Amino acid sequence: MTIEKRPWVDAIAHTTLIIGVIVIAFPIYMAWVASTHTAQAMAQWPIPLLPGDQMLENYAAALSGSENSGTRGMSVYRMLLVSLISALTIAFGKIIISLISAFALVYFRFPFRGLVFWCIFITLMLPVEVRIVPTFKVIADLGMLNSYAGLTIPLIASATATFLFRQFFKSVPNELVEAAKVDGAGPMRFFFDILIPLSATSIAALFVIQFIYGWNQYLWPLLISTKEDMYPIVVGIRRMIPAGDAQTEWNVIMATAILAMAPPLMVVLLMQKWFVKGLVETEK
Amino acid sequence: MSQKTEILFKSRWLPWALVAPQGIIVLVFFFWPAGQALVNSFQESDAFGMSVQWVGIKNFYALFTNPAYWYSFKITAIFSVLVAVIGIGLALILAVFADRVVRATIIYRSLIIWPYAVAPAVAGILWLFLFSPSVGVVARSLEAIGVQWNSLLNSDHAMALIVIASVWKQISYNFLFFLAGLQSIPKSLIEASMLDGAGPWRRFWSIQLPLLSPVFFFLLVINIVYAFFDTFGIIDATTQGGPGKETEILVYKVYFDGFKALDLGSSAAQSVILMTIVILLTALQFKFIDKKVNY
Repeated sequence: MTIEKRPWVDAIAHTTLIIGVIVIAFPIYMAWVASTHTAQAMAQWPIPLLPGDQMLENYAAALSGSENSGTRGMSVYRMLLVSLISALTIAFGKIIISLISAFALVYFRFPFRGLVFWCIFITLMLPVEVRIVPTFKVIADLGMLNSYAGLTIPLIASATATFLFRQFFKSVPNELVEAAKVDGAGPMRFFFDILIPLSATSIAALFVIQFIYGWNQYLWPLLISTKEDMYPIVVGIRRMIPAGDAQTEWNVIMATAILAMAPPLMVVLLMQKWFVKGLVETEK
Repeated sequence: MSQKTEILFKSRWLPWALVAPQGIIVLVFFFWPAGQALVNSFQESDAFGMSVQWVGIKNFYALFTNPAYWYSFKITAIFSVLVAVIGIGLALILAVFADRVVRATIIYRSLIIWPYAVAPAVAGILWLFLFSPSVGVVARSLEAIGVQWNSLLNSDHAMALIVIASVWKQISYNFLFFLAGLQSIPKSLIEASMLDGAGPWRRFWSIQLPLLSPVFFFLLVINIVYAFFDTFGIIDATTQGGPGKETEILVYKVYFDGFKALDLGSSAAQSVILMTIVILLTALQFKFIDKKVNY
């Protein structure tokens, strides 16, 4: 479109985009502003619209979770740890089990292969939300409440990731397999030395998507974590808001919100190239 | 897959060992509970699970003759149509303009994808703050122009709040798909239309929009699925289905009836109905998936 010169259309485009960006960024900006003021400043109108000087105090109060800090005695530091462990387990777990099952589906012939494929495929249609009560019972029966296993393993099965790797493996030239066989390499040798390095881009893309998926889980940990020390931050922050509008300590809650958003945001922005590619290719 | 027939690896046990982890998780955490939901939906039990009896389709009958359930359907329909239409519309406008300003596209993209990383529950809290009747910037601004904003009391305000938070959260996703779709339109097509003297407006309606139609349908399904299921965190963080039951969408009702009201039979029957809806939506999605972003 470089040959076209229409300055007024470009001006409309930039104006619209800038307004769009401002509206999209505004809630995050206000969260940050709120996290830099005292509770008193945020408790009565008009609230400040520019950052204040209480940033360190608020973040320290949230992280330590002291009794009267507005976090209702919950330590955000602990919640961040639970979120991080869960998100990393879910992301790596999904990538690993999807890699090996896609490898089996593409490079081996075995009885009921079609059936196995369809069993994985159909999980796409059963999000946790539609079967929460029975799944909760299964977890409770297995004694997995309030554990990392309960928080992560049921979310690790992923048809999406299996499909992505399956598509990718099918595009790997046959010559590579033949060459590996001629060299006397077995299937696992081929998998680790050739297939995994070739899949690096897909793995990176999936990592971003699944890390965010794991970090942002809400309903599942809400059911599985009945003890405060197993709350991920997304569940914990919700518990900090008292019923009604009264005495909400917005400064500490918004500091917690910023802490809850920062890790997934960093991952998306730093790995943007792979993320966009992976998102559009996996079609969710 | 057929072209690989002659170069496959051979092993009797290895493929089974490789699919086992995925297979076991799928069986234990997907098929078993889904089967349980199906069985429970035909049963009735007391809150403590002490006695269970088969009741046929009674749970389903009770649901479909209950105006409250139909009301939840209606709320869900209104909510998801608003989220899908507004979210897709705004994202399309942003994507078309971002595609046009060639050199700045990446800069705008980096700024528009932020909400994708934000958890639905956190997104809900951000907007709850802005719409707080006492200190919310947006609520107070509305008050200044004569709107007494209170999403705890006014059902329209509550609906507006969850729609705004849900659209905000989803706009990045829609934007990225539209942008990818626009960028895959061959440049030669655009240049040819320029030589024919078509302006940007004409080009949008006669070339870009028709070629984007597969993306459009794909996003429509994705956004409806999103509004149905992934917005649970937004609703739980903002309105909790209230005021009354005015923002209680189907997923929230399954959760509330199963875990708060402990009506397991009804909750299971609702799960089965939801699963049927997801399967229909997924089938619809797969109808469009092939032609999605490649022309």
